[in-house]
Amino acid sequence: MSAPAKTSAVPATAGERRGSRRRKGIAGNALWFWIFVGPFVIGLLIFSYLPIIWSLVLSFFEAYNTATPSKFVGLHNYVDMLTDHNFLSSLGTFTIFAVFIVPLTFVLALALALLVNQVKIARAFFRSVFFLPTACSYVVASLIWKLSIFNGVRFGLANTVLGWFGIENIAWLSTVDPPWYWIPLVTVRLWLQLGFYMILFIAGLQRISPTLYEAAYVDGAKPGWQVFRYITLPQLRATSVAVLILNLIAAYQAFDEFYNLVGNVNYARPPLVYLYGISLGSIQDLGHGSAGALILAVIIMLVTLLQNRIFGFGKAGD
Amino acid sequence: MPAHVPNAGLTRRDLLKRTGGLAALAAFTAACGGNTGRPSSGGGGGGTKVNLSQWYHQYGETGTQQAALKYAKAYTDANVAVQWTPGDYGAKLSSGLLSSKGPDVFESQFNIGMVKSNQVVALDDIIADVKDDFLPGDLATNTIDGKIYGIRMIIDPQVIYYRKSMLDKAGIKPPETVDDLIAASKELTTNKVKGMFVGNDGGNGMGGPALWSSGGSYLTEDNKPGFTGDRAAKAFGKLHELYASKSILLGAPTDWWDPTAINQGLVAMQWIGMWAVPGMQKVLGDDIGVIPFPKLDAEGKPAVYSGGWTQFVSAKSANVDAAKKFVKWLWIDKSEYQEDWSLNYGFHIPPRKSLAAKASKLQSGVAADTVKLNEDYGHTDNPAWTPKMGTAFTDLLTNCIKKGADPAAEIAKAEKTVNAELSRLFG
Repeated sequence: MSAPAKTSAVPATAGERRGSRRRKGIAGNALWFWIFVGPFVIGLLIFSYLPIIWSLVLSFFEAYNTATPSKFVGLHNYVDMLTDHNFLSSLGTFTIFAVFIVPLTFVLALALALLVNQVKIARAFFRSVFFLPTACSYVVASLIWKLSIFNGVRFGLANTVLGWFGIENIAWLSTVDPPWYWIPLVTVRLWLQLGFYMILFIAGLQRISPTLYEAAYVDGAKPGWQVFRYITLPQLRATSVAVLILNLIAAYQAFDEFYNLVGNVNYARPPLVYLYGISLGSIQDLGHGSAGALILAVIIMLVTLLQNRIFGFGKAGD
Repeated sequence: MPAHVPNAGLTRRDLLKRTGGLAALAAFTAACGGNTGRPSSGGGGGGTKVNLSQWYHQYGETGTQQAALKYAKAYTDANVAVQWTPGDYGAKLSSGLLSSKGPDVFESQFNIGMVKSNQVVALDDIIADVKDDFLPGDLATNTIDGKIYGIRMIIDPQVIYYRKSMLDKAGIKPPETVDDLIAASKELTTNKVKGMFVGNDGGNGMGGPALWSSGGSYLTEDNKPGFTGDRAAKAFGKLHELYASKSILLGAPTDWWDPTAINQGLVAMQWIGMWAVPGMQKVLGDDIGVIPFPKLDAEGKPAVYSGGWTQFVSAKSANVDAAKKFVKWLWIDKSEYQEDWSLNYGFHIPPRKSLAAKASKLQSGVAADTVKLNEDYGHTDNPAWTPKMGTAFTDLLTNCIKKGADPAAEIAKAEKTVNAELSRLFG
């Protein structure tokens, strides 16, 4: 009897010990969780949520040159912004920009990913080469675009090339008719962000099981368009939706290249540049600026939700 | 409204110099920290100096930053730390003025909003004795409700400089009307040289002068929009005509406030300020002439924008009295520093009449001509004209000049914004 009792006692103590270790482990995990996550949560609270709440407060006040206003104006700032033709036209500017940049980025990043994924030699090299511009700052790239590639004088790169064909100098950033300024604006962003979305697509491509392709070939599918259309593209749905959403949000937040290439001009002024001009530039009208920023945030949220509805991002199985 | 805008470019050498300067400044302030501490044991109350922070935008001319530091160091009644600000000075200053962490003393341009939101203090007491030594326009531009809020540091006339040799070669006389200017610009254009550089924005900086040359103004005496009517519309239309004549330089690597375009022979004429005269003379010698913005027509009058910078004391400063004392010392009492600042880097007119009369560098050649034009045709900023009105006016100009929009319709749009601002400010 003693022996079984002994044997039964051993697992019991082991179990107890294991249990206490687990409990300690949980406490330890929680500690480590907060050590790692805590600073970011605090940062998020202080640098993201607090300003959002504060700008909500500001948007109901007349707040010129002050962040602690006293004159409550209710929804007045919102009404002003929604009837401000400059704000509305900045949303129009964004729409034109998105119409160019979102499909272009999508198609080109996908094409690049397909090509780079098929390369048999120097894979790492090709991936890095296309990804590298992502590491470049928007401001630096904009200055290169503005001062050396697309400047309006005869020694700018683009004009030198046009000069070989006898075409007259073009003031890329100063001409509104035709709106040449879109070319530098769109190309700089393409150059900067293509690599990032290419990497997302490559990751998506590598998740597609090779057995699907094998099965397709057995069933007589032709390599090329048919396989791409019926295997690759449907399998990339989750990645594609993520790319579209991220791309659209990034387009809404366009600021750096516009600010540095064309400045705060009313014909190419996306919402953020306009709001910056109102609230943080010399005008310092923080009430209207905050109201505009919140309107913009609501629009971005609605569009993202709508996109979710249509494409079903994050559904089970994706 | 364009003021003296700094060169935003930053070369590698500038960066090195600046970071070096920062280190030096840190060392300097650290050293000061050691000296300015408490009085030595048993000492009385005296000996503790307050710390003041003085903000500048980045002047384009070399030597200006060193000069600013030199003045600050020479002041013995307080420790003055100079902050030299490259890039968007206006935005940085605006956020600095929101809290007490900002400057005690700063340079800027005045508008009524600064008084309404209690950003600046009146300086009548320090300027009272020498008020008559300032030009009326330079006092008026810093006055609201009879109180003077800023001490003018420098006057920067903005005019059109031209290459005499190029005009002579083409047999063209310096333009006297806007139509002359457009014709001259066209005629001077070849496949290598453009007639004129008015800024990469297509000439927004000349909007005010064009308006004045038609007989209009930003605001009337009784604070109503002064940029309405047919003549103003005609003036804005002329700016579009100049832009559309294909004779102006656009998309230059430097902007209108930098003399590179005219110095490199890219253009025959350039809209620019007097600060650039030494820079132009260095390259072009005597081959420069000057004209004001020409009159719109026989009924009009030539115009010069009499811009510049003004020194203010922040109302949020913890040491308003010490800051005022410093401003009085530097910008009223120390005439040798004012002279140095106005004449030894770029050229500016000293706002003190007594000093301007002595300024030998401004008494000959193209500088003297510019000073005369400023006297005859100069217009200073109206302090009731706020940045919001300025933005509406700039939008008007961009639409008229670049898009060729109907000036009357654009005027109506800007008028709406300006009226809303006026009713907010004056009820």
